[in-house]
Amino acid sequence: MAGFILRRLLLLIPILLGVSILMFVILRMAPGDPAVAYLKLSSIPPTPSAVAEARQTLGLDRPILAQYVSWLSNAVQGDFGVSHVTRRPVIDDILHYLPATLQLAGAALLFTLIVSVPLGIWSARYKDRWPDQLVRAFAFVGVSTPNFWLGFLLVLLFSLTLKWLPPMGKGGWQHMIMPVLAVSFMSLAINARLLRASMLETASARHVLYARLRGLGDRQVERSHILRNALLPIVTATGMHVGELLGGTLVIESVFGWPGIGRYAVSAIYSRDFPVIQCFTLFLVTIFVVCNLLVDILYAWLDPRIRLNAEAAI
Amino acid sequence: MSETLTIENLHVAAQHGHHDHVLVDGVSLTLRRGRILALVGASGCGKSITCSGAQGVLPPGVRVTQGRVLHNDTTVAPERLRGRVVATILQNPRSAFNPIRTMADHARETLRAVERLDGDWRSRTLEAFATVGLEDAESVLPLHAFEMSGGMLQRAMIALALLSDAPFLFADEPTTDLDLIVQARILDLLDELARRRNLGVLLITHDMGVVARLADEVAVMENGRIIERATTREIFDNPQRIATRELVEAHMSLYPEVA
Amino acid sequence: MSVASLDARASRRRMWRLPIRDSWAVRIALFIVALLAIAAIAAPWIAPYDPDAVDLARRLQSPSLSHWLGTDHLGRDELSRLIYGTRVSLGSVALSIVLILALAIAVGGLSGYMGGRIDQAIMRFCDCFLAFPTIVLALFLIGILGTGMVNVIIAIALSHFAWYARMVRGLVLSFRQRDFVLASRAAGASRVRVFFEHLFPAIMAQMIVLATLDIGHMMLHVAGLSFLGLGVQPPTAEWGVMIGDARPFVWSMPMLILWPGLALLLSVMAFNILGDAVRDRLDPSLHGDHQH
Repeated sequence: MAGFILRRLLLLIPILLGVSILMFVILRMAPGDPAVAYLKLSSIPPTPSAVAEARQTLGLDRPILAQYVSWLSNAVQGDFGVSHVTRRPVIDDILHYLPATLQLAGAALLFTLIVSVPLGIWSARYKDRWPDQLVRAFAFVGVSTPNFWLGFLLVLLFSLTLKWLPPMGKGGWQHMIMPVLAVSFMSLAINARLLRASMLETASARHVLYARLRGLGDRQVERSHILRNALLPIVTATGMHVGELLGGTLVIESVFGWPGIGRYAVSAIYSRDFPVIQCFTLFLVTIFVVCNLLVDILYAWLDPRIRLNAEAAI
Repeated sequence: MSETLTIENLHVAAQHGHHDHVLVDGVSLTLRRGRILALVGASGCGKSITCSGAQGVLPPGVRVTQGRVLHNDTTVAPERLRGRVVATILQNPRSAFNPIRTMADHARETLRAVERLDGDWRSRTLEAFATVGLEDAESVLPLHAFEMSGGMLQRAMIALALLSDAPFLFADEPTTDLDLIVQARILDLLDELARRRNLGVLLITHDMGVVARLADEVAVMENGRIIERATTREIFDNPQRIATRELVEAHMSLYPEVA
Repeated sequence: MSVASLDARASRRRMWRLPIRDSWAVRIALFIVALLAIAAIAAPWIAPYDPDAVDLARRLQSPSLSHWLGTDHLGRDELSRLIYGTRVSLGSVALSIVLILALAIAVGGLSGYMGGRIDQAIMRFCDCFLAFPTIVLALFLIGILGTGMVNVIIAIALSHFAWYARMVRGLVLSFRQRDFVLASRAAGASRVRVFFEHLFPAIMAQMIVLATLDIGHMMLHVAGLSFLGLGVQPPTAEWGVMIGDARPFVWSMPMLILWPGLALLLSVMAFNILGDAVRDRLDPSLHGDHQH
């Protein structure tokens, strides 16, 4: 298992290198001269000499590979440059805003799993009866609802009408409820539906028949032979949900005035603050890739077919 | 009078839209401890459905419409039969084991299901594994199905059947997916265990070779009904019905030396 | 040869047989999609007002006979804006999908056909795209390219195409081994011809299933980006922009947020139902998680 984890960790390096190169190339292929954009943000008129000077400051006069290498060596040391707008080191801003985003996305992930698993079980257990139909209807609405709009509906209901919850900002746990609901609604629906389907498929597997024939009770069969196996695809799907939840958080932050990285990134996109955009993207990709790595490891740990093959391969 | 298990007038039907399609049409069978009864017939004749119908594990859309199961003249609910009165061996053991659980897990839960799980479960499991000829039983416990051969898995399945200590055994095509040498060994094992443990066995098969080797009596099924029943000797020497004769002749043409 | 072309023609015919006979849900979904299409195409004739006509004297009005759904903070007719918004929502998604299919078939097809090192390189390239959460990649691309609808379409396409490209590659690889392809190659048909006669229809069928399943999802993406102010620029009417525009009035005129959201919800639902139905009809093998 340790070897498996190590190998997966090493695989992160080429992926992140590839992503950073891809980003770098796209950035350089972008329309408009970054030097001019830089001068604009600094309110300096883009005279030819000013542009030339800016190009030199930004290192744009050097070959692209050299630019990448120097960017990378700085980035590895935590230096992602200076925001064109705030003039502060980008990394400081990112690290300042990131925790709030991760807090919200993490809470949403937890909520998704805690709620969707019982819903999926319930739905599968009462297949085609009313609980199942209820969950399926809910799941169907869930995958079609715009999360940011749901956010407003929640505000209308719980803040304006019922006056139970604060409509905006970050504070106690009450501030978390609506953003978490809005962010996780879709993943929750997808997950419940996926678990239901996975359980129904597993329920018709022969090992379930054999378990029943050996005299195991319904609950025991469901727990040990249906649910455990049916959860494996859910583990894989969780990796995907992390991406959706992170993305959803970025949007939802602006609905609830949540002081996270999403709003910071959007303002950077408006002002075309490239160092910020680059660093923001790289951070989120890293988080996403690492989460998927954790999911892979968890899966291998849960599924002996993969765990033992991985051990045998070493 | 020895212990008996009786399937009485079993009817099983599959629902097709609004009308039923009859799969098992009034089958009655009696198993006695120490005797092996073979239920034979072409595939699709309803012999496997009889077995799962009696134990209440039919696939969705298929149900028992009539009939009951008696254990020593007392009616038993199908779910009370499983594991406690009847142990089952299935064909294709590779897919019959839960792929993500070990042999030890399977053994434990089998014992727990029949309320025989105690501190001693491990040594009893090892003993059962040894009895069915799984060498080095200790090393088998932590294995998963994908780490074992078909023959080993079939033996493990028989060991689980022994662990539950049920007086009766349903063996549904127990050797179909195994190669010939392993088949022969598994059949010998079944024969020996049935005699030594005094089990009443219902052997479901389409292979008359297996019947000739193991069974005391034979019931022949066709289209959901039992059309002929007799001792094994009589079935081979003097088959009454066309379907029976065809089964016997097909077998003879393959293995003329057995007769 | 004849068997092969029969196969190809059959799959092409299957592709266009819409699931009309299905359940009432599918019928309603088809009806909604038809309405949306009509609204998008005939917006100038259907919409009662110019969607961008500002009339400050009639701002924030409640629904009335003259303005069925009321007016927004600039006195623009809400219903007219909703109707025009259909154009952007459907149009942007349609263009994204065309772009995705073109990219996916080019990249995935090249990968599958060339094989070897080129295949490996292209797949690693796709892996880089797949390492991004879709919205993050879209945000990055918009950050680089600038805001606006065209860039949103490019961003949506680039953040989705890698999934499709991988599937095209898989299909090409599996089809390359199929008997009729080998047979027609042996009979002297050129690679290009084999591609267009046999592979292309099969790939398109799969792509259409996948794309129909994704339409709803992409509509939500477009609306979300527009809501953040990164997509269509005001004053153009678009549902996400309308929700964004209405947020200062969530206290006084919550309806302004309800209407566009409802339009979005219904459209996404309709496309999701159709996606499931098309998937069930065309490709039972993809029959993964929906019905049982």
